[in-house]
Amino acid sequence: MFASCADPKALDGLAWMLCYLSSGKHLLFYGSFLVVIALMLVVAPVALAFGFGGALAARSHIAPLRWFGKGYTSMVRGIPDIIFFLFVPVAMDQGLEYIRHKILCPDWTAPIRQGNDFLVCPAAKLPLNSAPQIYHEVYGFLLAVVAFAIVFGAFASNVIYGAMRAVPHAQLETAEAYGMTPAQVRRRILIPQMWTYALPGLSNLWMILIKATPLLFLLGVEDIVYWARELGATKSQIYDFPHPDWRLWYFLLLLAFYLGMTRVSEIVLGRLATRLARGQATMAGEAMRKAGA
Amino acid sequence: MSSSCLQTISDYGLRSLGFGERLLPRGDFTLCDQFTLIGSGLIWNIYFGVFALAFGFFFATALALAKASPNRWLRKPAEWFIFVFRGSPLFIQFFIAYEALVMLPRTGFDLWGLLVPTDWMTSAWAGALFVLFLNTSAYSAEIFYGALNAVPKGDLEAADAYGMTGWTKFRRVVWPTMLRLAWPAYTNEAIFLFHATTLVFFSGFPAFQQRGDALYYAKFFADKTFNPFIPYPIAAFYFVCLTVTLIALFGGINRRLNRHLPGAIRPKLRIRPQIVR
Repeated sequence: MFASCADPKALDGLAWMLCYLSSGKHLLFYGSFLVVIALMLVVAPVALAFGFGGALAARSHIAPLRWFGKGYTSMVRGIPDIIFFLFVPVAMDQGLEYIRHKILCPDWTAPIRQGNDFLVCPAAKLPLNSAPQIYHEVYGFLLAVVAFAIVFGAFASNVIYGAMRAVPHAQLETAEAYGMTPAQVRRRILIPQMWTYALPGLSNLWMILIKATPLLFLLGVEDIVYWARELGATKSQIYDFPHPDWRLWYFLLLLAFYLGMTRVSEIVLGRLATRLARGQATMAGEAMRKAGA
Repeated sequence: MSSSCLQTISDYGLRSLGFGERLLPRGDFTLCDQFTLIGSGLIWNIYFGVFALAFGFFFATALALAKASPNRWLRKPAEWFIFVFRGSPLFIQFFIAYEALVMLPRTGFDLWGLLVPTDWMTSAWAGALFVLFLNTSAYSAEIFYGALNAVPKGDLEAADAYGMTGWTKFRRVVWPTMLRLAWPAYTNEAIFLFHATTLVFFSGFPAFQQRGDALYYAKFFADKTFNPFIPYPIAAFYFVCLTVTLIALFGGINRRLNRHLPGAIRPKLRIRPQIVR
């Protein structure tokens, strides 16, 4: 990156370290932190939406919709999330390719599953074999986002479903007595009051989401774990910057990163909880009212 | 069940421990192959879960007491330990532990003339178990700490009135009440721990001679057949069974811990693994 780094073999000490830490691969490593943060920021709202949908479906009066909601809510209870992380991307990929195959190659007669192979016509491949590398990476990242969103959506719908049930029933009955329709009750009474009950659970989920992001590595995304292993591995003399096995240090850096993320989140979420408790019919809200009076 | 399936079970039923057939099945994988091998891998999940939980239980109690201690030389280390293990991903902890254990001298180190071998520490059965033990200790300690703070004042006063002090008071009043209050949350932690054992063989620890856990074999089949729709549901099925068994077991203990309370106020187990951790 810097002109003085042109000949790394001639460097030593601090200059060597500076050049080492600003090498091209290290810049990719720093970039992958942004990938991880992007994943969290993209997954959180999508999972929240999934969770909302799941919880509303589980409360629905229409039986099939309710069954679907209940099924979605409880699917993560007995099954490790890692199974979903491994399953969903492959299943999604094959499902999409299967649909594209049916649409794009109607006159393809060979079966798709031949023994241990999954064969679709070349035009149905996702992304196309001819597509540039970046498409493959973006596609892999999107599949990871979907897998995370489905799993965390199920967690979130658990939390939101519980929070909706925690809203005092008298509140909803009062709203009905005022002549509100069910939709109005939901929009004006249920959802605004639900948040304070949902927040502890959702905060917990955010922490779990942060701690689940290294699993991106399992999905083949070039994330921070991938780069830490890559960069930390022993580099012999044929490399520009030879060094012994430094993986431990790289992983300690990741540890520090995650500890920082969870600590900052804890502080921010604590403040948010205080904000949301204002004016609520809960212990925290009551304490705040008394302190103000 | 045909006789060939019985043959498969005898060949691969204990494959994850290194008994039976050495080579994994090849070519056409039958449903029986998949069920047997994934079930065989489950032995490792149970091994990791049971031992980490059993050792972790005692360490967690000690940590919780240390965190609640007025002595800062006990409190601060416990707080830091809990913070580090709860604040970072288990996956990263596995990697760090593996890299750190690999750095130990290959030939073992000298302890007062006695050569202590170190190579066994990098194998999953020891290294990963150690990490899981520390991890679940931290999470359980936080649960126990919360419960310890929630022990009713009246119970402690009653113990004082009976003249109990020190160890007797702890063993007969504080500890049982703490466990009783912590048990629903601890059940969730136990279930989560069993789920977390699936990470072991994806996190640096090598599956020596392809002896892996349930998910290791499920991924093996999924990679070989390009069909995720059979092995993963099988693994999921096994885990649902495992979870149900755990809930029954912990529910039994919960009933025993609460047996002195009148029926109406007995706390029920609410199973919310993963979302409460």
